[in-house]
Amino acid sequence: MAAPMLRWCCPGRRFAFARVGCGSCHRRGPPTGSTSNGKRGQSSVAQQPHITAQKPRKGEPEWAAVVGLEIHAQIASNSKLFSGSQVCFAAPPNSLVSFFDASLPGTLPVLNRRCVEAAVMTGLALDCHINRKSLFDRKHYFYADLPAGYQITQQRLPIAVNGSLAYSVYVGRKPSQMVTRTVRVKQIQLEQDSGKSLHDDLRSQTLIDLNRAEGQLRVDANISVHRPGEPLGIRTEVKNLNSARFLAKAIDYEIQRQINELENGGEILNETRSFDFKLGCTVPMRDKEGKQDYRFMPEPNLPPLLLYDSGSLPSGADPQQVINIDQLRERLPELPRVTRQRLVQQYGMLPEHSCVLLNEVGLLEFFQNVIKETRAEPKKVTSWVLNTFLGFLKQQNLAVSESPVTPSALAELLDLLDRKAISAPAAKQVFEELWSNEGKTPAQIVAEKKLELLQDPEALEQLCRSTLEAHPDVVMDLKRGNPRAINKLIGLVRKATLGRADPTAIKEVLERQLSS
Amino acid sequence: MLGRTLREVSVALKQGQITPTELCQRCLSLIKKTKFLNAYITVSEEVALKQAEESEKRYKKGHSLGDLDGIPIAVKDNFSTSGIETTCASNMLKGYVPPYNATVVQKLLDQGALLMGKTNLDEFAMGSGSTDGIFGPVKNPWSYSKQYREKRKQNSHSENEDSNWLITGGSSGGSAAAVSAFTCFAALGSDTGGSTRNPAAHCGVVGLKPSYGLVSRHGLIPLVNSMDVPGILTRCVDDAATVLGVLAGHDPKDSTTIQDPVKPFTLPSLTDVSKLCIGIPKEYLTPELSSEVQSLWSKAANLFESEGAKVTEVSLPHTSYSIVCYHVLCTSEVASNMARFDGLEYGHRCDSDVSTEAMYAATRREGFNDVVRGRILSGNFFLLKENYENYFVKAQKVRRLIANDFVNVFNSGVDVLLTPTTLSEAVPYTEFIKEDNRTRSAQDDIFTQAVNMAGLPAVSVPVALSSQGLPIGLQFIGRAFCDQQLLIVAKWFEKQVQFPVIQLQELMDDCSSVFENEKLASVSLK
Repeated sequence: MAAPMLRWCCPGRRFAFARVGCGSCHRRGPPTGSTSNGKRGQSSVAQQPHITAQKPRKGEPEWAAVVGLEIHAQIASNSKLFSGSQVCFAAPPNSLVSFFDASLPGTLPVLNRRCVEAAVMTGLALDCHINRKSLFDRKHYFYADLPAGYQITQQRLPIAVNGSLAYSVYVGRKPSQMVTRTVRVKQIQLEQDSGKSLHDDLRSQTLIDLNRAEGQLRVDANISVHRPGEPLGIRTEVKNLNSARFLAKAIDYEIQRQINELENGGEILNETRSFDFKLGCTVPMRDKEGKQDYRFMPEPNLPPLLLYDSGSLPSGADPQQVINIDQLRERLPELPRVTRQRLVQQYGMLPEHSCVLLNEVGLLEFFQNVIKETRAEPKKVTSWVLNTFLGFLKQQNLAVSESPVTPSALAELLDLLDRKAISAPAAKQVFEELWSNEGKTPAQIVAEKKLELLQDPEALEQLCRSTLEAHPDVVMDLKRGNPRAINKLIGLVRKATLGRADPTAIKEVLERQLSS
Repeated sequence: MLGRTLREVSVALKQGQITPTELCQRCLSLIKKTKFLNAYITVSEEVALKQAEESEKRYKKGHSLGDLDGIPIAVKDNFSTSGIETTCASNMLKGYVPPYNATVVQKLLDQGALLMGKTNLDEFAMGSGSTDGIFGPVKNPWSYSKQYREKRKQNSHSENEDSNWLITGGSSGGSAAAVSAFTCFAALGSDTGGSTRNPAAHCGVVGLKPSYGLVSRHGLIPLVNSMDVPGILTRCVDDAATVLGVLAGHDPKDSTTIQDPVKPFTLPSLTDVSKLCIGIPKEYLTPELSSEVQSLWSKAANLFESEGAKVTEVSLPHTSYSIVCYHVLCTSEVASNMARFDGLEYGHRCDSDVSTEAMYAATRREGFNDVVRGRILSGNFFLLKENYENYFVKAQKVRRLIANDFVNVFNSGVDVLLTPTTLSEAVPYTEFIKEDNRTRSAQDDIFTQAVNMAGLPAVSVPVALSSQGLPIGLQFIGRAFCDQQLLIVAKWFEKQVQFPVIQLQELMDDCSSVFENEKLASVSLK
């Protein structure tokens, strides 16, 4: 039924430290590293002391927070995990519901091969052990959007276990202050999604949509705090977080709330909470007050899921009936970690630059297309893509795909710069023109705006000489030992050339004329 | 014509001695005459006549679909039938009309079979008497047989005869009665702990429980998914083989069916049993076993031995744990399977709309009988986190031991096991209801249930009449997926014992028009 879901469980690890009794929710520092996969970045060691209201009491260690995430990610498949009905975003309610999805009596689940492959590939990408045999279980609870009264999941023996994901995060204000962290993945399980309840408060009705799978990512965060060396604290679960930003906010809030509660002599209840994104706080969920016993039992209608590798593949097996892990491994795309390493090695890029390239959707592809078409140095390209290009995108809140500047145009511009046809400041000007006047090539803009560098050395000599003559006071200033005076002179010459001369070349000529 | 076997009537259809429509009408007429048996919950007269018409066209063109074309059949009312109400004899599903056919139903229809109706059962197949459904108990046709009535007169029990009718056994009692009373030529039952074999034994028909995984469960409203198998009730072993040949095989909609292709088959007639090894499990000789059944069982063993077969006592040491183990596993799956009946999408919904929870509670209280509710409660208890290891996991381990018992016996060279099917012959309803459903189920499934735990094929074959003139059946148990071998042995045995045909004299007097040219005495079981 149900749209196929992958569930990752990251076991609790102390990955968040917070100071005792911050008066307000402690802020995080610069943006964290990769969040696109829903993994939390590291949290901050209270970066801004000025918001600390209370100091830790003497001899009391700081609080440590332990956070475990349960990540529900929808598998990109054409049909549902256990039925042949389609998966399609924003389809009319209940238009994609098979008899099985509606839990009609007598219907049986049939496992979708594509979903198993996706789960195995996710497991491989996250460095998991792939279980050659995994099992399905029923998890029972009554809810209007769960028509069978149970959900089929993999509780006891999931498809993949014991993985890890290394990622880089910023620990200070500077981009170079990056460290690599590892989050452990406890298990990956295939799970049927429940339906969707739509509450009509006006008519006090609940409407059910069994198409399922609207949100593509949903995270439940389990959070507790304790003092290092002491047993783990009682945890709360904040459910249904659907963006990385809210996840971070909810965790920060919940850690702080728990610390405050304990500091003030209160206690933490093992409860389910939800995050109110408008108020920025977590609140207890009313509908699941009592502790649930899900009464897990094996799903009797699905035989154990067996996976093979090239060594264990039964001879004469129907390829449609078996899944070969080794074949899936070959189909894995290059993993982000490997791509980052390759960028550093191939282009001499700083590690933090490789991170930025991968974190922005489409940016790496854009970069690689520019590299392909230009003779400019990779370092130059990196700098232009990450500073100028990305800066413009961010300023206007655009995605890479929405950029008015194509990789070819940027490549052409960098070529002009590379063969010194234009100066660096002129190149910036051309870029601005490219951004606002789609359709023109860099060469056209250079011609129209007369931005090409002064190629006649005699003319430059002449301009420098007349500038020196016109500004004796600056020359005097320079001779008295003010090193910055030379920059002023360079600026004046540039102005006279209408920005068409290379500052380095100007400096050379000026210095020669002054010393002669 | 109605007294013939499926194979015989199939030949008659092919030879044009009777048309599908005539056959269908005769069966419909007899169904009406025997309405008091309460074998059918729904009679699908219009559907059957329409199907008969189609079948007749095919016969006229000489394009018959095979042995089942034009043959009236009945289906237990826990199989989903498209456009025909499917109730499981429960208030919960009263009025529920499924939009799809169970795979087994579809396969029968694809072969041209005529669906006469949906047969009665215990609510959600939970029972061993076919007495605990909302449509009332099924009456055993043998209650009205000449054989039984004469014996009763001899024994001078002059009580009110009508109040002494016998139960059919269950839970597929409606299907067994339907076949026994000649209202159809084959019927589908379901078998989770003996629900096909038990009523077959009590009604004097053949009841086959195929290997688990050989026949699709898609569309069978489950009792215990890991033990349920569609069962086949017919008048003779050959007919059961014919139907099995149509039903067996992989179903993409049921992941627990075997992948290997299965072809329809006919059973060869065994002439020599000297290479056979028949096992007699000693644990099945229980104190509760009636002396008559016990004596027939040993006679049967002697018969095999005298014909040259090797007959050997074997041990299935974990048999005695079967009942309690079954109770845990069955109720646990029941608790889970019944969770979907919440009144939201289909079936019964109470009037209360105070809250969703109140609606669930009232709907389920009104929709299920005490037996179903009791099993749901027990099952949920066993599945609680604190109890799971002590009950469910232990029961699963015991189940494995029970299954291994069979593996060991078959590995020791035994081909087929011979056991009783039931403790005794059918008892009067008034007698039966003195014990509650749970006690009855526990007693009555004693010889049949372990087979479901192990997923093995088993068949109950009618052997002889008791001193009371009631049928007694014996059970053969085969190796997993050796259903054909099992049926070959059963066919040989059936031929030796020549079980007498039910003489429904008084019924016939009422239905003389139905039987037209036929004399009952000419009806033979062969």
